[in-house]
Amino acid sequence: MAVFREFDSRGRDRSAEDRFRHRKLVDDSIKKNIGNIIAEESIIGKSKDKKIKIPIKGIKEYRFIYGKNKPGVGSGKGDEKRGDIIGSDEIEKGQDIDQAGNNEGEDIYETEITIEELINYLFDDMDLPYMERKKFHEIESEKKFKRLGYQRKGIKPRLAKKRSVIEKIKREKASKRGKQKASNGDKENEERERFPFKEDDLRYYHLRKDVKRESNAVVICIMDTSGSMNITKKYIARSFFFLLYQFVRLKYLNVKVVFISHSTIAKEVNEDEFFHKGQSGGTYISSGYEKALEIIEKRYNPSVWNVYAFHCSDGDNWREDNEKAVEQAKKLCETCNLFGYGQIVVGGYIPTSSIKSQFIANVNAPNFSVVTISRKEDIIPALKKLLKKEEGLME
Amino acid sequence: MMEYTSKQLEKWDKKITDIAKSEGLDWYPQEYEICNYEDMICYEAYVGMPSHYSHWSYGKAYERKKTLYRYNLEGLPYEMVINSNPCIAYLMRDNTLLLQILTMAHVYGHNDFFKNNRLFAEGTKADYTIEMFKNHADRIRNYIEDPTIGYEKVERILDAAHAIRYHTRRFIGLKELSREEKKKRMLDKYYDDLKSTGPLDDKKEITFPCINKIPLEPTDDIMSFLIEYSDLKNWEKDIIHIVNEETKYFIPQIETKIMNEGWASHWHYKILSQLELPQGLYMEFLNRHNQIIRPFYGRINPYYLGFKIFEDIEKKYGKEKIFEVRRLERDQSFIRKYFTEELAVEMNIFQYNKKGNNYIIEEIADKKGWKKLRDTLANTVGIGGIPYIKVEEILPRNKSLVLIHEYDGRELELNYAYETLKYLVDLWGRKVLLKTTVNNSQKTIVCNDDKTITMTGG
Repeated sequence: MAVFREFDSRGRDRSAEDRFRHRKLVDDSIKKNIGNIIAEESIIGKSKDKKIKIPIKGIKEYRFIYGKNKPGVGSGKGDEKRGDIIGSDEIEKGQDIDQAGNNEGEDIYETEITIEELINYLFDDMDLPYMERKKFHEIESEKKFKRLGYQRKGIKPRLAKKRSVIEKIKREKASKRGKQKASNGDKENEERERFPFKEDDLRYYHLRKDVKRESNAVVICIMDTSGSMNITKKYIARSFFFLLYQFVRLKYLNVKVVFISHSTIAKEVNEDEFFHKGQSGGTYISSGYEKALEIIEKRYNPSVWNVYAFHCSDGDNWREDNEKAVEQAKKLCETCNLFGYGQIVVGGYIPTSSIKSQFIANVNAPNFSVVTISRKEDIIPALKKLLKKEEGLME
Repeated sequence: MMEYTSKQLEKWDKKITDIAKSEGLDWYPQEYEICNYEDMICYEAYVGMPSHYSHWSYGKAYERKKTLYRYNLEGLPYEMVINSNPCIAYLMRDNTLLLQILTMAHVYGHNDFFKNNRLFAEGTKADYTIEMFKNHADRIRNYIEDPTIGYEKVERILDAAHAIRYHTRRFIGLKELSREEKKKRMLDKYYDDLKSTGPLDDKKEITFPCINKIPLEPTDDIMSFLIEYSDLKNWEKDIIHIVNEETKYFIPQIETKIMNEGWASHWHYKILSQLELPQGLYMEFLNRHNQIIRPFYGRINPYYLGFKIFEDIEKKYGKEKIFEVRRLERDQSFIRKYFTEELAVEMNIFQYNKKGNNYIIEEIADKKGWKKLRDTLANTVGIGGIPYIKVEEILPRNKSLVLIHEYDGRELELNYAYETLKYLVDLWGRKVLLKTTVNNSQKTIVCNDDKTITMTGG
């Protein structure tokens, strides 16, 4: 006589742990590939609310499988002839996941995500370094990420660990009490059982817009647009500034941003021109720095403002300008909280007179930071390095 | 709302077992668990074993299945059966009464197959199935909780072990000689060869066998080889052992998918035909049965193929023969021996291959082609769908591991091969080489210990 049982999971969610871990691996793979995703040409210059679809490859379980010349056998309709071409769709649709899991079919998750969310993924733990309290808090800034209470739904980075543990303990206690009642306090069974987290236990920080006075800050973006900056380099530079700009915009609502593009002469441009217009000509890096210093002097008094300056160039400065550029860079270091220089090196050619080596040799300020970017994948690590708070600033 | 009571199920179970007994089926005690839709997905994801150890791949399987069902891309199975004694089967609560009856009859077919098929009887220990999975899970949990090991390290080994999990001994019932026995055999052969060379024979070069090579002869059991010869720590070897034990448990199921489903379908059909079902249930039965054994275009429905072959054997050779077949064969031999031209024609079987982006029909079921179809099918079912790879030797010079892919016309998917080799380097700790054939020429894929991949000719 067969036995029939009602299965009762007692509220236990067996796969929760493994699902969570899998999600985490997927998240990690998003982060790893985010450099490629976010540096796509189509994204640069788009507004932060723009939704983009990104395909994420599933975490594959690799093993030895057959690829080429793998014959298959199947049932047909009876009218098949040798040499017939059959729709690849029908076969592929039919490919089952056989017991060996012998299937190389791609698991592609398509996630819709806004640029804002992407940036959050990237820079969640970053801040503008060396931020100081300046004399006047002129700007009433609305700092976004103020934690205020908890909620049941949220994104992974906002998981409130402690709170979730508390919720779990509550549930555990309640369930124990329930059991005790049922078994009349049978002490024997009180061994510690595994009591895993359930989805319901998880709490996330609730974020409120929080109005608060904040130190004044201005970010000055200086980009080399000279002739030697070819399309690839310009593209990298723009991506770099685009990300920086988004970061600043998202984190600090009222931070001012100044755009300067330079060849042998520099001029202040607006956002649109900065990201979309090209230029050409020779290179006087000092011109860009001069312009920056001039703007700082006119509009952003360093005793009142936190000033951040970033410069991207391929380092192919005209030789006669090197000395001047180094001088100006030193001056920028004196006026700014942080001065970051990103050198874009694409391909094997590295100009011997690169301004980077000059900078490294001659500018010894602690708030000066140099990074090298050679592929679009480098952009994000470079940015992170520049923004890394007060540690290891020199390359 | 359930449309049946458990009393009803018990009543039908009694009727089913009465018929099954009179038909000669022989099974382990049967236990049923009635579960809901989500539990069923969970059972499926965890290969039927909720006590299975944790790994993200099961979380992935769960999400994947759930998504597929949600979008109706795949139907949920009505039942799941575990090869264990007592045999455990899961029934979905939402099934109609007829589906439960049909599933129960089907389950007795599987249960009988588990108890009697040679591969299961020799290759698995049904009495200890549940304990084995539980014990494995406990051991893995202990390693995770060990402060000197921890989750990430365990996961790293599991990831790698899963990548090569099917590279264990393929054939059940072959006696494996010990290293000493093999050595003796090689030496005996050498001395026999020397002796048998008479003074009048042509001078033959008889080389002394390399009796220090590791392994002496290429072995397909890469998992056990790593346990024996790698520098892994004991707990790491234990994890490989655990994964290997699990694969051994599943190989009989992989090797008899068509027979097992065919056998179970054969019996649910026979039993339900004799159950004297009321009209309404009878119509539903015919309907469901035809659903289950319908052909799938462009591939093989194991229920359909197995059902048809067993039906044909019984028609030709009588009832005793099908019991003998279910005891002795596995899918490969089953197809080789009992798949006939008539069946191929009746089921419109054809063979295709991918040329460029198109699938082209290579063979169809006629006088000329059916044997080819049969052989392709026999060679690609079960474990035959997994590339056959052996350990050839450890290079004495730098202890690199040399693997050889036994090429049979099917080439390896290279990206997958590269990534799998990286996992092997994780386990072996040194360079790993794989000899294979790419575009009809011999190649060696090398994965260095820094996991860079190169490919060389020859």
